[in-house]
Amino acid sequence: MISRNEKIEPPSDDKRWRIVQATMQRNGFTRDGLIETLHTVQQSFGFLDDDSLRYVAASLNAPLSQVYGVSTFYHLFSLKPAGRNTCVVCMGTACYIKGAPSLLEQIENEYGLSRGETTEDGHLSLMTARCLGSCGLAPVAVINGHIAGKLNAEEALQRLQALQEVENVQQA
Amino acid sequence: MFNKLEEIALEERGKAEQYTHTINVCTAAGCASSQSDAVKEALENEVRNHGVEKWCRVRGTGCMGLCAAGPLVAVEPEKPDEVLYQYVKVEDAGDIVASLEDKPVERLRCSTDIPFFTRQKKIALENSGYIDPESIEEYIARDGYSALMKAITEMAPSDVIDEIVASGLRGRGGGGYPTGLKWTTVAKSDGDTKYIICNADEGDPGAFMDRSVLESDPHRVLEGMAIAGYAVGASQGYVYVRGEYPLAVARLKTAIRQARRANMLGSGIGGTLFNFHIDIRLGAGAFVCGEETALIASIEGKRGQPRPRPPYPAEFGLWGKPTLINNVETLSSIAPIIRNGGDWYAQIGTATSKGTKVFALAGSINNTGLIEVPMGTTINDIIYEIGGGVSGGGQCKAIQTGGPSGGCIPADYFDTPVDYESLAKLGSIMGSGGMIVMDESSSMVDVARFFMEFCMTESCGRCVPCRVGTVHMYNILDKFSHHEATPRDLVLLEKLCDMVRNTSLCGLGQTAPNPVLSTLRYFRNEYVEHMVTETNGSGPVTKQMEVAQ
Repeated sequence: MISRNEKIEPPSDDKRWRIVQATMQRNGFTRDGLIETLHTVQQSFGFLDDDSLRYVAASLNAPLSQVYGVSTFYHLFSLKPAGRNTCVVCMGTACYIKGAPSLLEQIENEYGLSRGETTEDGHLSLMTARCLGSCGLAPVAVINGHIAGKLNAEEALQRLQALQEVENVQQA
Repeated sequence: MFNKLEEIALEERGKAEQYTHTINVCTAAGCASSQSDAVKEALENEVRNHGVEKWCRVRGTGCMGLCAAGPLVAVEPEKPDEVLYQYVKVEDAGDIVASLEDKPVERLRCSTDIPFFTRQKKIALENSGYIDPESIEEYIARDGYSALMKAITEMAPSDVIDEIVASGLRGRGGGGYPTGLKWTTVAKSDGDTKYIICNADEGDPGAFMDRSVLESDPHRVLEGMAIAGYAVGASQGYVYVRGEYPLAVARLKTAIRQARRANMLGSGIGGTLFNFHIDIRLGAGAFVCGEETALIASIEGKRGQPRPRPPYPAEFGLWGKPTLINNVETLSSIAPIIRNGGDWYAQIGTATSKGTKVFALAGSINNTGLIEVPMGTTINDIIYEIGGGVSGGGQCKAIQTGGPSGGCIPADYFDTPVDYESLAKLGSIMGSGGMIVMDESSSMVDVARFFMEFCMTESCGRCVPCRVGTVHMYNILDKFSHHEATPRDLVLLEKLCDMVRNTSLCGLGQTAPNPVLSTLRYFRNEYVEHMVTETNGSGPVTKQMEVAQ
């Protein structure tokens, strides 16, 4: 660990580190603010890489083991970058009994993915959620931040196909 | 200061009176995910197009309850005869605005005479759907913060606790521990620094009550926390919210800012000497953090692992200080109790369970949504009257309450009144309020496996019975669902249930076997049906004999 007086420099001169610094400052650079800080890193950079974990650990004067332990304990933190598009299928009870497992299976088959994985070209990340609290619309999936309710597999695949087309157009 | 509150209330009511018509659009999560924001915008445009903005306003409100029929729009002419519209689309906005001076649009109309609305009694949700959650003025106009002012100006902290004790309120997070007793313990604990924590880490799949309260009426929760702070002698509170609820977090942040500006939070609240600050702490997706000691660890920035109790958080909690932890729904019942008195609240409900309870109805049911009913309402009334029966015309097989810690209640017991004791007697728990209806197509073994998978992945790994036991139980249940289980597996499963229940460190492990035990109790035949069918191999037969011995 490093003495408090030493100034810890961020891993790069990326401006987003200032947001991270502001979060740590708000919590008085104490370890209590670790989860808040990791939230900010993830929001700013999309995931937590080794450099960011080292930087946060040094800044909060926390052992790296604690920072790594916390970031692997909580489901929301990801140590890998996500794909360009994300699809989160809700596997809560209401969605489960309304057919979410088969919905997920068909998406998995279509893209050759398992839950929690990203396609090799980084196009799509497929994830599952515990419960999104939109049980009235079961089964639910969140595609790029937009909630799609009362979904069947066909519709879900169509929406994902549309994402691919958008990307093709952008590339062309 | 009272006057200042009244001033705001009067001004706000005056403002409301300028309008003969108010169009309320539900902007809580359920309706928002069916594009109620676009509907609201369309209505605003139409109001301008029709040139009626002088006497008609459009506002976004909290949850109206009937999430299945969203987006919901309510038109308030002269109260209480409001007109409710369901499944409203952007294209319908013109018709709705045009109909204001005429008859309502019948094709969109949703009757408010149905039991779904008439059989409910709203206390925790009384403002949901009636106020703009992002306006403190509207909250104040509906008696908001008057309970806090009453407590800190007219009552001693012990009087406040007495009212809560008299109300008979019990923890709505699932445990059912008497709230008054908890407050008394924290108040009596030594120490200058104490904390209030609002547990909004609603992790049960199928439960969305807390989310709805936070999104529809955030000030109510803040007021409850401040009153609790006054009663037990705390000046700092934390709301621990799930990271998965971004809208709830945003509305809470707005509410805290507004309350500070109105001097209802912060230093010298309402001109008195009482200080109370509230900060938000974000969860990061760990079910176990609903357990109080794990939640405290998480607020302290650590892995959310529970520790043995005692000492209870009431004596040794956040940073070692006495800490009061209450659930969102519990805290949102506080203000009405202080306003109307504990005796008023105690008149509602059954002998041991007072007041009302919010349930999230979901699954194979027609009226999916959020309801609040007096304790003691029978399951039959909830499912068939309020819930409108099973969707798709099927038969209801069972309901599941309490999420992964609860159990399944078969249809034969639906005349049971819903209260803490009755549900416990049936092998389930009240839980936080998720109620999932399952029709005949649901396999109970599969449901048990689903919840065990949940507990297995959510186990924090601190104690062996839960970490290892849940994996083994899951493996056995998996064998059942693939028709590979033997009678011996059934015996082993029951043994494991007993062991994990009695030896786990925290509530997660202690209650993890509940879904298995309750389905075994009522649907044992399904487990038997799921055993190996062919007995031509010698294996299963010998195992059967072993069991017999």
